[in-house]
Amino acid sequence: MAAALINVPKHARRGEVIEIKTLMSHIMETGYRHTAEGAVVPRDIITSFVCRYNGAEVFRAELFPAIAANPFISFFTTATESGKLEFEWIGDNGFSETASASIAVE
Amino acid sequence: MRTAVAIVLAMLPIAASTLSATEIPQGERRSGYSFMTPETQAIQNDDTANPGMLWVLDGDALWKKKTGATDKSCADCHDDASISMKGVAARYPAFDRATGHPVNLEQRVNLCRTTHQQATPLAYESRELLALTAVIAAQSRGTAIDAGSDPQLEPFVAKGRALFMLRQGQLNLACANCHDDHWDKHLAGSAITQAQPTGYPLYRLEWQSLGSLQRRLRSCMIGMRAQPFDYGAPELVDLELYLMSRARGMPMESPAVRP
Repeated sequence: MAAALINVPKHARRGEVIEIKTLMSHIMETGYRHTAEGAVVPRDIITSFVCRYNGAEVFRAELFPAIAANPFISFFTTATESGKLEFEWIGDNGFSETASASIAVE
Repeated sequence: MRTAVAIVLAMLPIAASTLSATEIPQGERRSGYSFMTPETQAIQNDDTANPGMLWVLDGDALWKKKTGATDKSCADCHDDASISMKGVAARYPAFDRATGHPVNLEQRVNLCRTTHQQATPLAYESRELLALTAVIAAQSRGTAIDAGSDPQLEPFVAKGRALFMLRQGQLNLACANCHDDHWDKHLAGSAITQAQPTGYPLYRLEWQSLGSLQRRLRSCMIGMRAQPFDYGAPELVDLELYLMSRARGMPMESPAVRP
């Protein structure tokens, strides 16, 4: 079960700086931990996050093992036009999740 | 000799106060939320920053998913959780007439699964069980806790209270030694808090996950080097019941965030 929580303002004025908040459900297993028997717990993390605003990339982040479970990523962009914000998380073991939100710019 | 007697006499009230726990007056009760830093409070305040809401989201999907031999979903009997489950978690643990014991929310979900859905019970602390209890408890946000008001629960509340006051483990500590007597102090860098279970199941930053009240109780028991009770043990349910009845009237915060 993978779930994402996205917070994008529904309306914005043209040129306004808006805050976007994203929360993705993921265990972010570091790969540095061992079981009681001594076996390494294999790494399982999200490695990259991208946000596209009407197809154009506006934000990208690389993620590493020191990042906590259920990574919360918040960033700012300028509201230029009405449309769609698309989010994509890619990680180990073929993890790939997408989400989107629409914004109306006046 | 006279000074020695004076010292012994002066020490008496201190000794007495550490032996018999003083319960927290109604007006001084505080949620664990009020002990947190503004930064951690901000995570709980914003539903799109609170990771506990991820379990609520999953629970919402599970609520509508058909399962078991009867191929029924929770929603088939209970309809919309936001209406039917409103205030329910604030009354748990509740008395179960069939068994004559109190059951907590996790046990109620599993009883429903085994009897009505004819499905296998979910494991304690599994993603599915936490998701279901999270979506149920989230419907009680802001509702005043009302657990333990059923007169049939009285003996179990008393048992839970006795356990709370009972010294146990290698450190010979009772829950009350910290949470009734020293809640305004710190244990290393952490606030001790009053052990008011207002926000379970809750997201603990230390756990990097949602967890139940029983997980919290077991962690405390391990911390005081006592043998923790197994998940679902009647003793843990009695403790849960006592803690919830002790917090009666305080608003629910589930899913809360704690450090």
